[in-house]
Amino acid sequence: MSETGHAEPTSFFRRYIFSTDHKVIGKQYLFLGMVMALLGGLMAYVMRWQLAWPGSQVPGAALLSEPAVVDGVVTPPFYNALVTMHGTIMVFFVAMPILLGAFGNYLVPLMIGARDMAFPRLNMLSFWILFTASSVMMISFFVPGGAAAGGWTAYPPLSARPLLSGVNWGMNLWILGLALEFSAFLLGGVNLLTTVVTMRAPGMTMWRLPMMVWMQLTAAIIFMLSVGPTIAGAILLLLDRVVGTGFFVPQQGGDPLLWQHLFWFFGHPEVYVILLPGIGVLAEVLPAFSRKPIFAYKMILYSIFVAGVLSFLVWAHHMFVSGMNPTLVMPFSVATILISVPFTIVIFALIATLWGGSIQLPTAMLYALGTLTMFIIGGITGIFNGSAPVDIYIHDTYFVVAHFHYTLFPTVLLGGLAGFYFWFPKMFGRMLNETLGKIHFWLTLISFNAVFLPMFALGIGGHVRRIYDPSTYDLLKPLHGITTFVTIATVCLLLSQIPFLINIVVSLTRGERAAANPWRANTLEWSTASPPPHENFVGDPVVMRGPYEYSVPGADQDWLPQMQDADTATTR
Amino acid sequence: MAKWFPHNVSTFGGDIDSLFWLIFWVGLAWFVLAEGLILYFVIRYRRGKSQKAAYITGVPWRQSAWILVPAAVVLVLDLAVDAMGAHAFEAVKGESPQPDVRLRLTGEQFGWNITYPGPDGVFDTPDDLVMLYEMHVPVNKTVAIALGSKDVIHSFFVPALRLKQDALPGREIPVWFKATEPGDYEILCAELCGFGHTKMRGMLTVHTDESYAQWVRENWEQ
Repeated sequence: MSETGHAEPTSFFRRYIFSTDHKVIGKQYLFLGMVMALLGGLMAYVMRWQLAWPGSQVPGAALLSEPAVVDGVVTPPFYNALVTMHGTIMVFFVAMPILLGAFGNYLVPLMIGARDMAFPRLNMLSFWILFTASSVMMISFFVPGGAAAGGWTAYPPLSARPLLSGVNWGMNLWILGLALEFSAFLLGGVNLLTTVVTMRAPGMTMWRLPMMVWMQLTAAIIFMLSVGPTIAGAILLLLDRVVGTGFFVPQQGGDPLLWQHLFWFFGHPEVYVILLPGIGVLAEVLPAFSRKPIFAYKMILYSIFVAGVLSFLVWAHHMFVSGMNPTLVMPFSVATILISVPFTIVIFALIATLWGGSIQLPTAMLYALGTLTMFIIGGITGIFNGSAPVDIYIHDTYFVVAHFHYTLFPTVLLGGLAGFYFWFPKMFGRMLNETLGKIHFWLTLISFNAVFLPMFALGIGGHVRRIYDPSTYDLLKPLHGITTFVTIATVCLLLSQIPFLINIVVSLTRGERAAANPWRANTLEWSTASPPPHENFVGDPVVMRGPYEYSVPGADQDWLPQMQDADTATTR
Repeated sequence: MAKWFPHNVSTFGGDIDSLFWLIFWVGLAWFVLAEGLILYFVIRYRRGKSQKAAYITGVPWRQSAWILVPAAVVLVLDLAVDAMGAHAFEAVKGESPQPDVRLRLTGEQFGWNITYPGPDGVFDTPDDLVMLYEMHVPVNKTVAIALGSKDVIHSFFVPALRLKQDALPGREIPVWFKATEPGDYEILCAELCGFGHTKMRGMLTVHTDESYAQWVRENWEQ
């Protein structure tokens, strides 16, 4: 394999900016995702301020200019833009870049024993398309009329006619930005699929793949199969806006519900695209710190495949009160609730991985356990939404907001951070500070719950989503204390990230040098130096066994690396 | 927790609430089981001198039963929730009972237009009455609403009725309810409909028979 390699580039630009090295590209995705997470978080802060103290000046609003804020107060159009862009950015420009872009690119070639992705230049192109997409999204705030303001779901006719939302070019740029994002991840998906199928090291059979690789592979396939209809829908929406067609405009014979079907056909599987890499992180971190094989490896995978297939048959549960044919509702409700069956298997298998282990609790493990415990809440509360009659009441209320934040926040941020703390030594060659890490974990976990748990109560109380001023409603006045509490907790959640940023800076400059395998883990990436050299491995890796051979009876040590010969393992 | 629910005043709201509580208690049981196991395992199997990990792969059926049995139980519970749900959903969104009162409700940016057919009981005649934001109905009578929208998607939401239905332009969607207690109940728009979304506050007034008759007299007979 080594003869296909390229010499390590020497110029700064080829090495760090326009690099074709999957490790550099993975880090680029990571930084981009983190910057966008910060921006998305600040948008949440501005929204929450307006909700808790409607019509008051937002501290820090001096950084924003008119017409977004007037005298420091957020205007309704800007509020709607924040609602829209917070969702868009967190899903497409934080979750996907970090979980698929960063972890997928950085880890998959290392974990399968490859020297790079199958198409390194395509890989570079994917990242730069995504970078352009992110820029387009952020620039859209500064065009006349501001950024898209029709919700991240962009339901027409509101999104189809500039007059109805007051947003003209912002919405067009939103469509353009998403189209670019989809292209980036379609190219990335093809690349990942090809890499996993064709570039595995000798001995790395499919059933020896680390769970993370399986999850990335499944996520890429789900994404590629589901995104088509939404791309078509986005083109129709753009035509409606720019050319004046009426695909979604009833006055011209169009149908607004068509968009909802096209959007959610992708929109729901997208949740699994994000979720699966998060489960992949858990499946690597939990065994390593329990010193145990993952419980029922194949059963987890079969369950994930079943859930992946089911995820294509449930999209209309977002549309129970949309006016679609009511006879379609119950089949979608049944299919939705059925997803709990494969996920029960996955969750209990992850829990059973702890059973009889020898459990250590470094920050990475704390984050993994945090992901697992919090995701369970997200999963269970999904049943309420999946049950069509209950959904009549809680649809489009804060109950839904709480529910999907309990699924996505653990997956993306807690799971992402578990991965970050776990693989940081590999990526940067230094250990993160554990004390700062644990402070960061507990502050984040507590403030996360303080933000989102009360939202269930708000939703039950009838607090609808995306309203600018809850004080309009008598119904919501008794709940205003909760709303204020949530806002204060949001500020705490944002401030809780300061120890994290300090940790990164301190550890990158002064952190302890990482050994090749600080966690004594089995997968291939730990068999090479931290950080790995150009082209990843010094020799050609040969895989001897599955990825989770921890605490094998009769072995001298409690781990058996995938690459190591059993003979050398026992004689050492 | 129950105190956060607005007081239910519709005939079908009780079914929705009891389904909510069924899912809540079943969900809570699973929550306690799953989180309890995690907590127990982390404490019990914390690494120590004597704590060596066991080699448990979960592959033999005897072991994988630990995850398959819970999944089977979940499947049964799912079907129970579905069976109850089908009934409750049909009650709300299925065929309306014979209506006593007919209204037309049309959302627009940013308000609700409520059209009453007037004394002749027929829409689109000169005696129609159109009110902005105010919906007046009698108590314990079946109210049938033809829901529509002039521009974008709105969503008719009355928390006290546990009723929500999107209003689509170009379509008339039938909605019905029967309110069981007189009083004033807020109407919200649940679907983002533009920069005035928050202002779409309507008011449903459920009258006693006498006050409804009086309201009709004062407003319809002009």
